[in-house]
Amino acid sequence: MTHASAAHGTHAHSAHDDTHGHPPTSTGLDNKKIAIWAFIGSECMLFASLISTYLIYKGRSVVGPYPHSACLPPNCSTPLKEILNIPVTSASTFVLLMSSLAMVLALAAVEMKDQPKRTTGERILGSSKLWLWMTAILGTTFLGFQAYEFTSFVHEGLTIRTNLFGSSFFTLTGFHGAHVTAGVLWLLTLLAIDYRRGLGPKDAINVDLAALYWHFVDVVWIVIFTLVYLIK
Amino acid sequence: MAHDPSTEQHANVDHAAMGIEKEHPTWSTYWKVAVILTLITVVEVWIYYTPFKENRLFVPSLLIMSAVKFFTVVLFYMHLRYDHKLFRALFTGPLIIAGFTLLGLMFLFGKLSIGVGAPH
Repeated sequence: MTHASAAHGTHAHSAHDDTHGHPPTSTGLDNKKIAIWAFIGSECMLFASLISTYLIYKGRSVVGPYPHSACLPPNCSTPLKEILNIPVTSASTFVLLMSSLAMVLALAAVEMKDQPKRTTGERILGSSKLWLWMTAILGTTFLGFQAYEFTSFVHEGLTIRTNLFGSSFFTLTGFHGAHVTAGVLWLLTLLAIDYRRGLGPKDAINVDLAALYWHFVDVVWIVIFTLVYLIK
Repeated sequence: MAHDPSTEQHANVDHAAMGIEKEHPTWSTYWKVAVILTLITVVEVWIYYTPFKENRLFVPSLLIMSAVKFFTVVLFYMHLRYDHKLFRALFTGPLIIAGFTLLGLMFLFGKLSIGVGAPH
């Protein structure tokens, strides 16, 4: 069996350290972290298939509404209005990016819980509750933007059954929204634990798992924003 | 320079179990990464509203900026740059499969083409 601390050189803490309650594994790595990376890998393939489907059906809708301004010959003098709202989606993209910052600061705060905080700035940066709340609120704000977008689309006559664009768009962004919702619920459970007994460095692995999931949801949106919203 | 506790060793964090090979970045690095991500997003949206939108370099530049954002988050926020190589393999392997699947489907359904065969 490979001893993790030997493989990692300078790190004094091994997987066999009793204080962390982590049973030894053949890799020396926590099984939960390996599992979350394997899960994220499988999610890559899920979203690749959803994005592929969207791209394949792009421009093949027989009836409107269409994502971008379209011209139906011979009436090209009055092109059809685009349904995608780029300013609103840009704002929601920014919100999700900032939630990733809040999440990574939450993880750093948990890892640093035992370190002395000398200044107000350090106390703010070291507050895991603050950053977990911030991440959950920003994630919920993103979901609010998505609810607004979906509602406005339905009012403009685009539903999941209207055309190929509607079917593939709502499936793709709906799946992503469901992932964000799951992430917000995960964050709320971490917050509940933090209020109940406090999250400390020993819990860093559990916060890390939530953080990895959250950042993955963010990178998926980075791809969706470019391929679905910005590229015609 | 202001004291930054995040530069200190995380005494009670199980580095080995978490697969941390190199010390994770400091708070200031995380903020800088956020600024870079925001700036790239601003540029992406800005060029969408400029005549550059009609340029044939528009789509490649958007794809490049999106890829930079993607890998910046993966490397710095998801700590793939700092953590065990097994995690890198677990992520990049499926990512490559996903990329080839996407490209394969694009070719299969005629969304992409290469200049092979007789011209029509």
